[in-house]
Amino acid sequence: MSKILVIAEHLGGKLNASTARAVSAAAAVKGEAIDVLVLSDAPDAVAAEAAKIEGVNRVLTVTRPENAHPLAAMLAPQIAKAADGYSHVFAPSTTFGKDVAPRVAALLGVAQVSDVMSVEAAHTFKRPIYAGNAIITVEADANHTVVATIRTASWSAAASGTNTAPVEALAIDVPLPTHTRFVELNQGSSDRPDLQSASKVVSGGRGVGSKENFDIIYKFADKIGAAVGASRAAVDAGYCPNEMQVGQTGKIIAPELYMAIGISGAIQHLTGIKDAGTIVAINKDGEAPIFEVADFGLVGDLFKIIPELEAALG
Amino acid sequence: MKILVGYKRVVDYNVRIQVKPDGSGVVTDGVKLSANPFDDIALEEALRLREKGVAEEVIVVGIGPANLTAHLRNGLAMGANRAIHVTTEDAVQPLTAARVFLKLIEKEQPGLVILGKQAIDDDANQTGQMLAALWDRPQATFAGKVEIADGKATVTREVDAGLEVIEAELPAVITTDLRLNEPRFIKLPDIMKAKSKPIDLIEFGSLGVEAHDHLKTTHYAAPAKRSKGVMVKDAAELVAALKQKGLL
Repeated sequence: MSKILVIAEHLGGKLNASTARAVSAAAAVKGEAIDVLVLSDAPDAVAAEAAKIEGVNRVLTVTRPENAHPLAAMLAPQIAKAADGYSHVFAPSTTFGKDVAPRVAALLGVAQVSDVMSVEAAHTFKRPIYAGNAIITVEADANHTVVATIRTASWSAAASGTNTAPVEALAIDVPLPTHTRFVELNQGSSDRPDLQSASKVVSGGRGVGSKENFDIIYKFADKIGAAVGASRAAVDAGYCPNEMQVGQTGKIIAPELYMAIGISGAIQHLTGIKDAGTIVAINKDGEAPIFEVADFGLVGDLFKIIPELEAALG
Repeated sequence: MKILVGYKRVVDYNVRIQVKPDGSGVVTDGVKLSANPFDDIALEEALRLREKGVAEEVIVVGIGPANLTAHLRNGLAMGANRAIHVTTEDAVQPLTAARVFLKLIEKEQPGLVILGKQAIDDDANQTGQMLAALWDRPQATFAGKVEIADGKATVTREVDAGLEVIEAELPAVITTDLRLNEPRFIKLPDIMKAKSKPIDLIEFGSLGVEAHDHLKTTHYAAPAKRSKGVMVKDAAELVAALKQKGLL
């Protein structure tokens, strides 16, 4: 029978919502147990949150000062050790999971399944290739541990609240390297909803024209309580920071409502949004590819349309 | 210092991928092939480090069939000193690629290995991290800025939360993100010069790398298509439609 170890992602003492999505994927394996592993210098608050996620059997914590920051070189040897006895190790396919999971796989000497969209059987998965333009079915060798990253946009978060999984401390005394050091994390400070888990997202593209003009996108997003994203073109042009990029190499998101404003819709961008519930496109070019995937399209000047939308919202 | 750069050939990013009707693969016959865009960025970064005097030699590495040589010539034309072509007719999965790189590292003793963060064909995003693990050296993935001084790399990484800065002692593995640099264009005289640059051919089998693939791809399918929606005439109609769906 399968036993799945899910690696918790957390920052600043808070569990990242992607963890509960990875737990959903773990539940789809239909194994006998799902344990969540929290590596931190102070794991208690994160572990308490993880213990509430439906379907979690145990939360395992590893408390070491080296775990204060998520450095793959530090975490991977501990995860590889903790993986002993598990058939599967899952991590969310975020920059955290993408960084650490392959390092774990290599230490275990196994392949990794990246960006799992669906679990067909305990060792059979679907995943996207070519920016999501093809979906492959892959079979992992059942004689080896499966290391996989979970494409968070394909999974809803496992419910949280009623579960009270036991929290157990693990002592993992593997030697850790000193060759990699955390220096700092520069986070954009924002009171807006988190782009990766928001139910509504408003994104701006090259059509917005400048960093200053992007204020119109922020203002509209705030009015409807949406997170703000951007196309690669807008980020490359310096209109907004890298963490706002949506697409093949940025964030893959699945909000209920996605509004693409001044975005033409390169396939690399569409990859990041195709699981959205409803897509709205506003663009002055009626031939833009974004309209091919939009549920609602409106052709026109965004600087005229956005104030009209705000007026219509009252 | 030597820098090893992974230089993979992939279906050009502008090609619209078609899945074969029998689900056995994607159509690659007659399709334009180019360098993986992240690998062009990796090579550009290595060349800039050489131009700054940080490195003396830049070596591009490719793993693939005999006709990969022409692709490696492009890397030489862009400015690499020499190329290593590990020849194999078989597709190579990331763990095997990492093991190949480890063998080449043992031979070449580079101070830095720069790879693209992912190849845009299999989108695996694994090889650099796997190599760093096997080599037991630092990894700095998704690099947006790289500075090398005093035997260490200070790398700004593009992560979901923002920009993370880490220090990695050399030798180390760096994987590139999109905004690290803008690769240069190849000029005609450089193509001529590249013809005389050396390409070492190494038979895959001679490396002693275990090539058992744990993953088998059993089926290819086209993604579910989103159906085309409706065009609305103005902002009021759009707001009304979204309100009706309970989205606003």
